[in-house]
Amino acid sequence: MKDNLILRIIAKLLIPMIILFALYVQFHGDYSPGGGFQAGVIFSSGFILYMLIFGLDTAEAIVPSGVLRVIASLGVLVYAGTGMVSLFMGKEFLNYSALAESPTTGQHIGIIMVELGVGMTVGAIMLLIFYAFANRGRE
Amino acid sequence: MAIDPVINFMLLVFLVVMAFTILRLSGMLAMTIIFGLYSLLMAGLFMVMDAPDVAFTEAAVGSGVSTVLMLVTLSLTKTRHERHTRKIQWRPLLVVLLTGAALIYGIHDIANMGDTDAPAQQHVADRYISSGQQETGVPNLVTAVLASYRGFDTLGEVVVIFTAGIGIMLLLGRPCKKGRVEDDQTP
Repeated sequence: MKDNLILRIIAKLLIPMIILFALYVQFHGDYSPGGGFQAGVIFSSGFILYMLIFGLDTAEAIVPSGVLRVIASLGVLVYAGTGMVSLFMGKEFLNYSALAESPTTGQHIGIIMVELGVGMTVGAIMLLIFYAFANRGRE
Repeated sequence: MAIDPVINFMLLVFLVVMAFTILRLSGMLAMTIIFGLYSLLMAGLFMVMDAPDVAFTEAAVGSGVSTVLMLVTLSLTKTRHERHTRKIQWRPLLVVLLTGAALIYGIHDIANMGDTDAPAQQHVADRYISSGQQETGVPNLVTAVLASYRGFDTLGEVVVIFTAGIGIMLLLGRPCKKGRVEDDQTP
C-alpha cells in the first residue's frame, strides 16, 4: 500500500498523534482515565497502522522483534521489581508507601513505575503478536 | 439530560443490526469489518456508561488490533466464503437457545446501574471512595485501585499477557536461526 498517496499522507498525519495520545494516557493516567494497559494498546495500534501502510520490513527496521522481546520482559521486571524494592524497604510486596518519605509520594512513584511496566509489556507483546501473524504470510 | 437513553437505545439497536448482518453475510472479509464496527459501537456504549478507559481498550483492541489480526489470518487462508448448509442443525440450536434463555433469566437478578445497595458496592468500594485519595494521593480512583490496592492482581494480568505473547511466538513465530537448525540436525 506504499503507492497510495492518500493513505500515506493520512497515516503520516495520524500516527504521531496516536503515539502522542498513547504517551499522554500512559503518563497522565493517575489524573485522567487510562493507564498502562490502554497506553500500550493505543501505542501498538498506531504502530500497526504504520506497518499496514509502509510494510513489515520498514517497521521491523525501526523496532526489531528482538528489542520488543527485551522491552516486554523488562516491563514485567519493572513491575515485579517495584514490588521487590518496597519489600526490601521494609513493607509488604507492592506496598508502595515504603518507596519515599511520605506514604502518598511513595504511592505516586510506585503507581507510575507499575503503569510504566504494564505499558511496556502490553505494547511490546501486541506488536510481537502482530509480527508473528504477519510473518506467517511470507514463507 | 434526557439524551443518554436516546444514545444508548441507538447504539443498542445498531448492535443488534450488526449482529444480524454478521449472521446473514457469507463473505469473511465483510464479516471481519462488521465485527470491527460492532466493537466500535461497544466502545461508544462504554463511553456512555462513563468508562472511558474500557472504551479506549475496546476501540484499540476490539476494532483495531483484532480486526487487523483477523484480516491477516484471512489473507493466509484460502477460503473466503463460509459454507452455508441449508439443513437446520438441531443440537447447536438447542445449546444456543438454552444459553440464551439462561442469560435472559439471569437479567432480572442484576442490580440496577449505579445502585448503591448492590452487593458489589457493599464490600470494599466504600473504603476506596472514602479514603482512596488520602491514602494514595492519586485523583483517578480507577488507577489507584488497579495499580495500588489491587496491585497483585494487575501483576498477574501483566504476566498473563506476557505468557500469551510467548505462547503465540512459540506457535506462530519464525523458525529458529540457521545455526540452531544445523545444530539440531547434527546429532
